[in-house]
Amino acid sequence: MAHSVPAGQKWWSGGKSPFNVEYGKLMMWYFLMSDAFTFGAFLISYGSIRFATNGWPDPNEVFRAFPLMGDTHLPLVFVSLMTFILIMSSVTMVLAVAAGHQNDRKKVTFYMILTIIGGLMFLGCQAWEWTHLHSEGAWWGRNPFVNADGSAATTNFTNFFFTITGFHGFHVFSGVIINIIMLIKNLRGDFEKRGHYLMIEKAGLYWHFVDLVWVFVFTCFYLL
Amino acid sequence: MENIQTAGSQHHEPEFNTKPIWRTFWILLGITLVELVLATIHLKTGFPPKYVLNGVYLILTCAKAFYIIAEFMHLRHELKNLIMTIAVPATLFIWFIISFLYEGNSYKNLRNRYDRHHLEMSKEKAPAAEGEHEGHEPAAKKPGAAE
Repeated sequence: MAHSVPAGQKWWSGGKSPFNVEYGKLMMWYFLMSDAFTFGAFLISYGSIRFATNGWPDPNEVFRAFPLMGDTHLPLVFVSLMTFILIMSSVTMVLAVAAGHQNDRKKVTFYMILTIIGGLMFLGCQAWEWTHLHSEGAWWGRNPFVNADGSAATTNFTNFFFTITGFHGFHVFSGVIINIIMLIKNLRGDFEKRGHYLMIEKAGLYWHFVDLVWVFVFTCFYLL
Repeated sequence: MENIQTAGSQHHEPEFNTKPIWRTFWILLGITLVELVLATIHLKTGFPPKYVLNGVYLILTCAKAFYIIAEFMHLRHELKNLIMTIAVPATLFIWFIISFLYEGNSYKNLRNRYDRHHLEMSKEKAPAAEGEHEGHEPAAKKPGAAE
């Protein structure tokens, strides 16, 4: 696609698609741009508050639990599992898009189901993590964790954590809903009748964006 | 493009074969594992200093973001003009990050210099028990102690 544009062709004089993509897909890209700035604003305000504060809790002390393991010290293990689940569901989503390009309805159904399962698994993990932190006394406006140097920490730590992971989790949730709608439409044969699976691609763009944001959330909250 | 294609016509798109998808998956998984290993080494030995490690994390994160956008979201295979309408506005982030973090840091330094009370307060150790939450110290955390 990218290489087959003849030089000197008048793309902008009407009658052609200058970017050679469907309108909805282009608009999905621009919506994701705006969403990226929303998440960027959240994460940058988090960073700016963190830089403006004297102490900060050590993420390896706060996020160290794993389901059914009792009082363990396993920093980063659970959140890495969540990352793996989300990357994996991103892969099945691309495979669904690829199957759509081959007009293979059965394969699209199969990979969409896998993607939805991955999304639900991620949401389950996040629900567990939130419940666990809440049982330790963390919530908006409440921070039971002390700074790395033992001094009292601000509630900004939990406020930002719950707000940003919550906003991301809500995106995952809406992504799962969108994927379920796409699955139903695919099962009804809507895309087969239409002759193309562009809707799957647009849902896929959104789903990958959710994965993309998680990469940054993972770095900002758990690694740095 | 609105015509109904039968399954046999196999409208073939070479750029959507599954090999690059799996390669991208392995790259993403590998980068995440490298981050994990580095973090674990740092926790055990404290060897790569935290600020060095943070720089490494940021570079690796940007690499992951690049692979997700370029391969999974397929942007690399779109027209250059489309890529530019996404990539050029995104460069605003460079300014955002630098200026806002600089601003936060400057605020902290000025406040510490002119508000000595704030500086003293922020050095004080946290009280042993904070109201209803006894198990708030990470070292003494017990499951289910808080509620």
